[in-house]
This record gives sequence, structure tokens and C-alpha cells, in this order.
Amino acid sequence: MSEIEQGRTLKISVVRFDPQIKNDTPRVETYSVTEAPGMTLFIALNDIREKYDNSLQYDFVCRAGICGSCGMTINGRPGLACRTLTSTLEDEISLAPLPVFKLIGDLSVDTGKWMRNMSETVETWIHEEVCPDSHYLEEKMEPELADEIYELDRCVECGCCVAGCGTARMREDFVGAVALNKLARFELDPRDKRTSDHFYELVGDDNGVFGCMSLLGCEDVCPKELPLQSKIAYMRRKMVAMKDT
Amino acid sequence: MNIIYTDVLVIGGGLAGLRTATGVKERGHDVIVLSLIPPKRSHSAAAQGGMQASLGNSFKGEGDNEDVHFEDTVKGSDWGADQDVVRMFVNTAPKAIRELTGWGVPWSRVKEGDREAIINAKKVTITESKEAHGLITARDFGGTKKWRTCYTSDGTGHTMLYAMDNKAIEDKVETHERMEAIALIHENDRCYGAVARDLVTGKLTAYISKATTIATGGYGRIYKVSTNAIICEGTGAAIALETGVATLGNMEAVQFHPTAIVPVGILTTEGCRGDGGLLKDVDGYRFMPDYEPEKKELASRDVVSRRMTEHIRKGKGVKSRYGDHLWLDITILGRAHIEKNLREVKEICESFLGIDPAEEYIPVRPTQHYSMGGVRTKPTGESQTLKGLYSCGEAACWDMHGFNRLGGNSVSETVVSGMIVAEHIADFCDVEDSNIDVSSNTINKFIKIEEDKIQALVASKGGENAYELRDEMETIMMEKVGIFRNGDDLKKAVDELEALHIRSKNIQLKTSSKASNPELVNAYRTQMMLKVALTVAYGAMLRTESRGAHAREDYPERNDKEWLKRTITTWPDENQTLPTVSYEDLDIMSMELPPGFRGYGNDNTIHHDDSKKRQDTVDKVREELTQKGADRFEIQEALLKYQQNLPPKYRGKNERLTERLS
Repeated sequence: MSEIEQGRTLKISVVRFDPQIKNDTPRVETYSVTEAPGMTLFIALNDIREKYDNSLQYDFVCRAGICGSCGMTINGRPGLACRTLTSTLEDEISLAPLPVFKLIGDLSVDTGKWMRNMSETVETWIHEEVCPDSHYLEEKMEPELADEIYELDRCVECGCCVAGCGTARMREDFVGAVALNKLARFELDPRDKRTSDHFYELVGDDNGVFGCMSLLGCEDVCPKELPLQSKIAYMRRKMVAMKDT
Repeated sequence: MNIIYTDVLVIGGGLAGLRTATGVKERGHDVIVLSLIPPKRSHSAAAQGGMQASLGNSFKGEGDNEDVHFEDTVKGSDWGADQDVVRMFVNTAPKAIRELTGWGVPWSRVKEGDREAIINAKKVTITESKEAHGLITARDFGGTKKWRTCYTSDGTGHTMLYAMDNKAIEDKVETHERMEAIALIHENDRCYGAVARDLVTGKLTAYISKATTIATGGYGRIYKVSTNAIICEGTGAAIALETGVATLGNMEAVQFHPTAIVPVGILTTEGCRGDGGLLKDVDGYRFMPDYEPEKKELASRDVVSRRMTEHIRKGKGVKSRYGDHLWLDITILGRAHIEKNLREVKEICESFLGIDPAEEYIPVRPTQHYSMGGVRTKPTGESQTLKGLYSCGEAACWDMHGFNRLGGNSVSETVVSGMIVAEHIADFCDVEDSNIDVSSNTINKFIKIEEDKIQALVASKGGENAYELRDEMETIMMEKVGIFRNGDDLKKAVDELEALHIRSKNIQLKTSSKASNPELVNAYRTQMMLKVALTVAYGAMLRTESRGAHAREDYPERNDKEWLKRTITTWPDENQTLPTVSYEDLDIMSMELPPGFRGYGNDNTIHHDDSKKRQDTVDKVREELTQKGADRFEIQEALLKYQQNLPPKYRGKNERLTERLS
């Protein structure tokens, strides 16, 4: 295991605001934390909550970079807090909630409602007329195609791409890279019987694939390193072809 | 009063809960899912290595079927499992995986032709058949005779949960996120729903339902270090326990996974060893073949975890500032394999250890991983004692795993149990008997009790700190109710936990908000978790034998003569400071597979007289029917009738390449 520097005093500044408390105002509070070996922001925040401020709000679930709960702005950049080692950061660390999403309190935002709405809007499920009878052999699929679909299916809906998106800041109903990647995933999947017509209905406008300004902050901040740039471009080419017909 | 009525209330939005929800919804019943978090963030997503289903598509799975899966699962359970339930499970698992295929899971597939694999530290060439090309493939996992664990790289749970939740969204299943069920509403041994607390506003709501389902996962977080997500706090088991009516089963049966990374306890999948990874000691020596010549690294998890601990105790562990550990070596699998099939493992190693597992060994140690115990139910998923209460998935003990679960059988169980239990719930909701006849006085009473509890916590001047109590509990569980257990330590654990439980009534908060207040949440959950911890420690103290994951140093034998029984725990009086324990016998004379040697681990069982008797009968039936030309289904049916508990739509045979259905 790599040796990790011990004993630094970290100054962690956190944006604090609880909309549930009447007359509460946003402010920044700074906590001093003694760095421990292998410390992640998950460990540091728990430390702060247990020792200094029991009311500090944030979201962790798997604490292993798998579930996507802990997206927050770390030194100005959206990322997953649980797998951010403090050893990779300077002594002064600033934490803020992800923008775009509704604030629950402090570092906690409501990505759940946003993602469900996105799922309903672009219908992130397999569209098939008849479900195969599960007593019989499953439909075959080329192994490479299954791998390609999985590659795009790895999205954890953490919201970092949305928080890093210029369009999402300006356009409330923009579906975001998360949705466009999902549609690219379903478009690839032969089990989904939707045609380009259907996809055009869903994202062939400025709240969809034509809203993207190609700033591509989404791809820069995606913790799963999904190929968002090429998938948005792919969907756009498909939709442009539709527009022209 | 805030009251919401629905047909079915599902508590928990992981795979088991969501599959139950879509099942009852498709049968025409309204359903609401309560979830602490957005469902796609549930701990189901963390299942990496795969889902067992006896498809038998890949070369190393040839000849697999329900019978082999059944035998592996019962042996894995150390004969603690309910064999009816195991039969129901193995027959439904292939249907479950095929259903999920239709919903979009991109399972890794068989590719025809030669491929290289690592088996027993040697490179071998496996040739996949042409006709299997494109069907779902499988990898090797511990305690299985065939390669049966189907997977999507090592993100299996993630892809299953996403497909499942997408299906739930398509079916317009209503989900109430950040809602925590904190008490069940019940009267005259009938459950009518739950009181839930909004984790954002603090508001309490009574959800009134015909049927209520607990699908909240396990209770791993009563331990200091666990592979579980931090929300796996056993509160589902706790609210069932606190009814005083519902029972919990086999709470002392707690699984330790051999390979969690040190120190943070994040899992690296059993697929690492299934794909050929090795366990090594301080000298770089592969030690498992010395202990388990037959299955080596791929004995069942309880056995491998014990062997690792034994080896560390012999001084062969690697010293570190976090205590001794061993090495998991997957470098022999090669970079290409790791980056394709073990990419989560690679990411975890990079993010949390700063190492590249294609080049370096991974520091691992056995770590709390799975709760075999849970809400005790019938094979239908309904509580044995509280009508209208159901449970499924890890939260339940319908008892498929007995005292040790096989890897790959848990995500499989989540979906299978959801499918089966949903049908039984729907049947119940179809009949008049399920009509809601609870008075508003009763509902108000239950809301009032919870309001008062929270008010009492916020106003308490008792002086106890919940974080400290919880920390002590977690440490006691780690040190005294771990992989190896003994009477003295268990007695101390029970006494200390009892004292903590009493002190927890005097928890005092520093904050006063009743809304979104993490300190308040931690306080009431700590109170609940202490009760759950007591059921585990107390059950472990009383069980004077070793079975599966419950290993007593002072009683090393599996004792079928006295202990072939299930532990049943209740908490009938809230002023009790210890749970009430009773036992439920397992009937050897009705078993399809009578107790014997598992084929790995120590063979030191004290046998029950019935085991031989039953084995003779089974052998005789098998021989007679075979002579008559009976097929495997006819023989099976003669030995164990289980189909009555299986919903008709799941009773049929499963097609395989070698067993075509017309």
C-alpha cells in the first residue's frame, strides 16, 4: 500500500444552509480535521459531524464509488466525495452542494426526484411489444454488443454531468448528458424496439440533443468516465438525419 | 393526522422491494414503495460478481440444472436451509434471469470457440460450443459444482437494479423517497401498515395497507467494519421485532466475506477467486490448498474466512498498521481480463488503495458481509405470526440460506423472492379477508407513540451520547461476535450490549431540530440497532454448536442431534432488556437431502439418528424409480413436494440447450 502522509491539518470549508429552518441564511463554515492515512471525504465529513457539528447534512450510501449518492462540488468541481482521498487535495478544501438540483440541506441535494423525472421524460426502459416467455431460452446477443451496452449502462446517476453542464444551468428542462447517454444505450440495444422517430420525439429539440452547447463539462467530470462526448455527438447525428427527412 | 391508504406497502426500494412492487402492481393492486434513498442507490447495486441461475450455457456449466443448484445451496447452508424454499428458489432463478434479460440487463454472453481461463493457478483452454454462442455465460463461485454465476462484468447488481427500477418506473410504481418506516401499525396479530418519517421535513405519515412488506436488506452495520452500505442498519428487522408479535429467524447467522479490502472494508468480488485469483500469505505462499485440498480458494465463504483467520493466527498474516491481513492475487489473470471482467475491483483498488491490481496484490481480510437471519416468514413470505406482514430478500428469513449463503445466491434471491412473494401478496389482496378494518383510533395511537418517542429524544436530558453508544456496540460485535466465537466472549457481549441498550433510553441530543436532523436519525436508529445486535449476540451465545458461519471454538462440532433447529427471536415486552428466544425444529424425515458432509470444511458432525434413516429411504426411492425409468423430475417430486407454495406461473420446467421444451 502506498504510504499516505499523516497528520496534516485540513481546513474543510462547507457551504451550510438548511431550507427547513426558518430564516436560515447560506454561510460557509470551516472545520479543522486531522488527516488520517487513507482518509476520504466520506471519513472526513463523518468526523466533522460526530465531533464538531451533529447537524451537518450530506448523503452517502455505498461509500465505495458505486451508488452515486455523494456527488458534491469539491474545490469547485463536481465529483464523488466517497472516493476522493484527502491526500489528493491541498490543505484547504471547499465543499458545496451540486448546483441545478433542489437543495435539501448543506451538501445534500435531491438528485432522486430529478433522475426519476428524467427517466419518465425519455422513457429509460426497454420498449418491447411482447415480453419473452421466461421458461424458454433467452434471446441470443452478440457478446461484444452486450459489452458495449454495459459500457453505457455503467452510469450511476450521480448528477455530476448535470451539475457540470452549462445548458442545464440555463434551461430547466434540459435532459442532460445522463439522459442522452441512456438513449444512446437503448438505441444500441436490439431488445428496445423504438425507432429513430421515437427518439426524435423525445429529444429532438432544445431540451434534448440540440440544447447541448458542446462545452462538454459533462465528460470532464463523469466519475465513471463514460464516453458522453461521442454519445451526444452520435445521438445528434441521428437526430439531425431525422430533422432533414 | 397524515394518513395514506394503499393496497400494498413495500418498505425498501432495492431489488427485492421493487420486484415485489411491480409484481403486485401487474396483478392490479396499488402499491407504494418507501425508500430511504432513491431506489437506484440501494445496496443491491453493490453486488458485483453475479447471480446464480442454472442455465448451463457455458462449457463449465454443462450438466447444470435445478438439482445441482439445490444440492450446492443446501450444503452451503450447512443443512440449516428450508429445503422447500431452496427448491422453490432453484426452479425460479432461471426464469428470473430471463425475465431480467427482457427488461434490459446486458448480461455477459458466451462466445463460441477457444478462450483462456485460469483454473487452479494454471492456464487452460476452454472451448465454448457454437450453439451456446450469444446465450448468457457464467463464472465460477465458491461452493458450487458448476460454473453457475451469471454476470455483467463485475457490475451485476448495478445492471439488475437499473433494469428493475426502470421497469418499476415504466409500470408507474409510486416511490416515496427519503421516507423511513419507523414502526409497524398492528392490532390483534394483524399488520396494517407503518408509521413513516419524512427524512427531510420530519413529518410523520401513517401508511395504511392490506399487506406490508419489509425488504430493507441486512443488518451488517451493527459491526464496526462491514462491506454493507451505511444504510444497512437492520431497521427493518427492528420494526418487526418491536411489534412484539412478528418473529426473527437465525439472527446469529452472519456471513463474513473473505476478501474485503483493508482497512475500509469495501468488497472485492468472489469473482476474483472464481476467475482464478489466489489467496497468499506474508511469504507470498498460496495456503488454501493446504486447508481445503478439494475446493481450495473456492470453498464456501464461511470456510474460506475461517481458514484465512486460522492462517493469520499462525503468524502468517501481513502486518500493517490496521492489523494483519492477507493478499488477494489477481495479477495472474492478466490486465485484459481485469479491465473487462473485474473493472469495479480495479476502480476500487485505484481509488481506495492507490494500487493497480493487475500489477500488485490486494490487501484483504474477512469482513462482515451478509445477514442470513431476518424476519421469519413462511415459504409464502408472510410472517408466521403477524398476518398481513410479509418480508423478502436479505431482510427476510424464509430460510433459503440456513447458516451460510453461497456467493451469487443473494441477488438471485432478491428477485426470485420478490417474484414469488408478490404473487402471494396479490392473492391475499384479492380476497375479502385482506380488507382494512383498522380503526382511526388505532392509527392515531401508533402515530402518537412515535411522535412522543421523537419528542422525548429531542427533550431528553439523559446525558448519553448516541455516537458513543453505537461505536461501543459496533466494537463489541466485531470483537466478540465475529468469525470465531466462544461462550465467555459471547456472555460478555450480551451483558455489555444489554447495558448499552439500557443506557440508550437516555440518549441526549445536542441539536433540537425534528426535521432533517442526522443526529436525531442516528439516535433512534442506534436504539433500534442495539436490539438487533442483542438478538444476534444472544442467539449466538445460546447456540452451543458450530454450523455454517456460526463457529464456536468451545463447541466446534455441528450438532445435528441437538441443534438442527432454527432460532426464533421476539421482543414481546418493550421493557425487557433481552430478547425472548425459542426454537423451531427442522424435520430430517421430510428432507430431500438428509444431513451429511458438505465436501469442504471440517467433517466433525454429531449426527442425528434420523439422518441415516432418511438417507436410506431416499436412496431406496431413488433406486426404485430409476429402475422404473423415472426422470429426474419424477424422482425429485417423490422425495419432496414443494410446488404447492410456488405460484402456478413459476411451476414450469426451465429450458436448456440440453433440455429443450417442446
